Order: sequence, then C-alpha cells, then structure tokens
Amino acid sequence: MSTSTPPAVSVRDVVKTFVSGDSQTRALKGASLEARFGEVLMIVGPSGCGKTTLLSVICGTLGFDSGEIEVFGHNLRAMRSGEITRFRRENVGFIFQQFNLIPTLSAAENVSVPLILHGIGVAEAEKRACAMLERVGLADKTKSRPGQLSGGQQQRVAIARALVHHPRLVICDEPTAALDAATGHQTIQLLKEAAVQPDNCVLVVTHDVRIYGFADRIVQMDDGRVTARFDDPKDLTHA
Amino acid sequence: MFRIALKMLFRDRAKYAMLVCGLAFCSLLMCQQTSIFCGLMMWTTAVVRNIGAPVWVVDAKVEQANEVIPMRRIEVERVRGVVGVASAVPLYIGIEQAKLEDGSFQNVQLVGLDTGSLTGRPMEVIAGRVEDLNLPDAVVVDQVAVEKFRRKGISLQVGTRFEINDKEARVVGICRVSRSFLGQPHVYTTYDRAMQFAKPARKMLSYVLAEPLPGVSDHELVERIGKLSGLRAIAKDDLFWMTIKWYIQNTGIPVSFGTVVVLGVIVGIAIAGQTFYLFVHDNLRYLAAFKAMGARNTTLAGMVLIQAFSVGFIGYGIGVGLTAWFGNVVLAAEQPPFFMPWQVPVFVAVVILFISAFSALIGLNKVLRLEPAVVFR
Repeated sequence: MSTSTPPAVSVRDVVKTFVSGDSQTRALKGASLEARFGEVLMIVGPSGCGKTTLLSVICGTLGFDSGEIEVFGHNLRAMRSGEITRFRRENVGFIFQQFNLIPTLSAAENVSVPLILHGIGVAEAEKRACAMLERVGLADKTKSRPGQLSGGQQQRVAIARALVHHPRLVICDEPTAALDAATGHQTIQLLKEAAVQPDNCVLVVTHDVRIYGFADRIVQMDDGRVTARFDDPKDLTHA
Repeated sequence: MFRIALKMLFRDRAKYAMLVCGLAFCSLLMCQQTSIFCGLMMWTTAVVRNIGAPVWVVDAKVEQANEVIPMRRIEVERVRGVVGVASAVPLYIGIEQAKLEDGSFQNVQLVGLDTGSLTGRPMEVIAGRVEDLNLPDAVVVDQVAVEKFRRKGISLQVGTRFEINDKEARVVGICRVSRSFLGQPHVYTTYDRAMQFAKPARKMLSYVLAEPLPGVSDHELVERIGKLSGLRAIAKDDLFWMTIKWYIQNTGIPVSFGTVVVLGVIVGIAIAGQTFYLFVHDNLRYLAAFKAMGARNTTLAGMVLIQAFSVGFIGYGIGVGLTAWFGNVVLAAEQPPFFMPWQVPVFVAVVILFISAFSALIGLNKVLRLEPAVVFR
C-alpha cells in the first residue's frame, strides 16, 4: 500500500473528557493515528489508557471535545448525529468483547440484523446471513441460538454479523478476550481472512499479545495518547 | 426490525408470560367487575324494563323506579284527561308475603296489571298463558319464583296453589323476566286482584302507565302530564337513567366496584410496568448494540412500542375473552348480575392502552438516552 494514498482513518489530536458530577476524567489527551486501507491496525496499551475510548470516537458512538477525525474522507466533527448514525449503519461493522449476540435470536437472525437495518427484507437478509455463516464455518449452526454455541462459535457469529453488510471499517474491541488461546488464534485468523479487503480497514483494540502477529501495524497507547507506532508487529514483541 | 423486536419478546418466555398474565388479569378484573356493576345496575331498573311503558306517572317525591309512594286511584282518570294521552292504566307493585304449602314464607314482588289491557305483561312465557290472569285467583310467576320455591322443596308449576297474605293464588303461567335488584320473585296478577292480595291502605296505586297518541312524543306527554299538580311524569329512558344515577349516588356500590377496578389498574401498571422495565433493562446492552450498528432512535422506539402494545393486545384479548366466558356461564345461571355493553371492552382497551404506553415510556426513557458506546464497556 502506497503511503501517498489518503488514510482510511485519520485521527489528529483528539481530546475526550468524561464528566461525572464534579469529577472530570480526561481519557484522550491529544491522541493521533492513521489507519490505511487494506490493513489490520491494532491499538494496544495498558488498561485505562484510552484504547476503547479512541475506538468509540473513531466509529462515532462517542463524541469528542477537540481534534479532528476523518473516516473515509468524512469529517466526524462536521457531521450531525443522524448523519453519524447513518454513517455507522452503512460503513461500520462491530465485533465486541462480549459478542453482544441477542440470546433469543438464532445465529442467522443475529447476523441478519445489520442487513435489516439497511432496509433489506427479512427473507433476503436471512439468506445472506446464512451464506455469511457458511463462510465463517457455521453452515450447520444457522438455527442455533447463542446459548447453544461455544465461545469461539459465538465470536464467529459476531464476525459474520460484523461483515455481512460489507462494511468499510471493522471495529473489534478485544475480540479474543473471552476466548481460550487456540480459539482466539483461529478467530483472529478468520477475521483477517474474511474482513481485510483492499478498500476497507480493520481496527482492533487488544491486550492479547498472542495475536499481535496478525496485525499489519500496531500503535501503542498510554495515558490517553499514542506513544509509539510499529510498522512491523515484531518490533513491539521484541521491544 | 419490528419482527426482530417481536421475536425478542416472544422468545423471552418467562417475561412474556408474566407480562401477558399481568395484563390479562388486569383486563379480566376490570372487564368482569365493570360488567357485574353494569349487570347490578340493570337489575335496579328491572321494573322499568319488565313493564316497558313509555311514560310513567308517579308521586312528585319519587326519585327512582323502585321507590313507590302510593297515589289515589283517581290519578289514573286525571292522566286520562290530559290531551295527547292514548291510554293510561294503573299499576300496583308491592312486596307481599306468600305462604307456601309447607307453611314457610317467601317475600314476593306482587305486580298488579291493568285488568282489561294487561299492560306491562311479561313477554316471555315459559308455561301456561298470561291471558288466563282473568281466571279466579290467577297469578303468573317468574323463573325466580320457580327456583326459590324449588329450593324449599316445592315444585311450582301451572296449577300449583299458594297463599298471598292469606288469600289463595293459583299459578296459571310461568314467565321469564329480568331479575329485580332485591331478588324477590315476581308474581303477576290483575290490578283488581292485587288490591285483594295486598294489605289494604288508603292509597294503593303505585304508578300510572301512560301511552301517547300517535304524533305526540313521550317527552311532550311528560311535559303535559307534569302540569297536573302533585304528579310527576317520567319517560321510560329517563326513569331508567334516574334509577341508575340514584343507586350510584346513594349506595356504596360504585365505590366498591370502582375500588376493585382501580386495584386492577394498579396491579396492571405494577406488574406490566415493572416486568417491561426489566425486559428493556435486560435487553439494553443489545439495544445499544443495535444503536451502535446504526439503528435510529425512532427504530428502537418503534421496537419498544410494538413490544409493549403486543403484550397489551394479547393480554387484553385473553382478559376480555375470559370475561366473556365468565359472562356466558353466569348468564346461564342468571346470577351474579352480568351485563357487558360495548363501552366496557372499549373502556378496558383504553386503560390497557394507557398501561402499555406507560410501560413503554419507562423503557423508552432508558433506550433513548442510551449511549451506543456502552457496548464497549
């Protein structure tokens, strides 16, 4: 990927403060990063350093106080709330630490949700959901409910849900935190195979050192700032 | 997303069952109690409905149909003299004591119909003939009399004899009429014979039943008769509502039933509101995930509303259905009183709609203020 290509995601000097009563907590103190098309960018750092807050402001689920964020050329600061909601619906896929699969819906129904939100009919959405589940190796589990699936299988359903509407930005928050080492390894491998496309970008927040090797690049955060950038993940593991 | 919302609701069986049961119970309580209240009010107007005359002339002090202030017999002639009256006949109604074959007593409501016209005669005759009231000692009894006598071991049928105030009465017919508020059996006879059965008094006339000439309205006639000093004429419908109003204002019945209905509403709000709040609260994380995925607030609000109104609709259907079943059973047994006019299910539907909306609002408040970023916490 040429470095002259505009970045998929550009974050510049972003500040975010949480106010609770009289107390204020500055979670982001001028964080900056760039994510490129076709890459998996991992954001790593100790607990409380602002990784998840940064992920939240990039995908527009959380506002920010100052700085600039551009995602695929869209300036989030300039967008109104309804536009950001629409932007998320059309461009972002989510993979959560606790999967957030609806326990009363089948795997296919869970995966079909982003498509239904797009206005696609239920029958067509479930057909595409089943195809996506087949792609992540769960063709025989389309009718199973999350409670009937293992942790790894649930995370694969979550990956299918995140990718079914072909988002340009895939947001993963600790995708392997609830999984054992082997399952986590398989899951991140599947995610990389299924999610990474030349016209999109995958952002992964993680603590899990074992999956650093799957990143194309890594940025390290500490105390609300990006403190280091590693173009080769091995540099961080050796550091 | 509405289909997804309904699947989320229906498949959470414990909460769904709790919500439906709570609202069904609330609907049943409100619908059944209101219908019994309406039935009781109908019983208070039994005399008006059984006799059915268009204009009733009573003493000026009378406030409702079951209150009899005797008048002089001459009042019938005075009413007949009013321009626009097609007919005016006397009616006697009084509580008398019947003595049965075995020596036991039973209070009865003696109804003395105009001897010539039998105006106000019972319409539904089960056995015998009302026309036979012109035979000596003849009376027609209602189904309540048959039932009450049967409980005392006496089979009341055409030809059975008993005494009213020591005077012999012979059953020539059995009829079916609306039960009276106090539940005494109706015993129909002619006005003249009623004068013999009843204990003698200076004034014996209970009502004058008047009918207007063609072209004269009931209310016009009421106005004309009202000009006679000392008498009060009331149109049938007005007497019906006056009676109900009197019972509502002068007895504890509406307070008693109203309390149960209010309790039904409170129970409904408490169960449905709390359970629905828990349901939304339990699903908040998933609703936040939908919000993060790009669901609009209006979509989420629609999901919550459709969930609330679905359980409301189903609970209402079950509650009203159970009330209808209860009504069928009690109507066959003829007690307790039961009358469910269309206004009752509409009233219950409005209350259930309110409870569902209230429950939804509690949940919506949380959903609309939900930060999608909570899914990352």
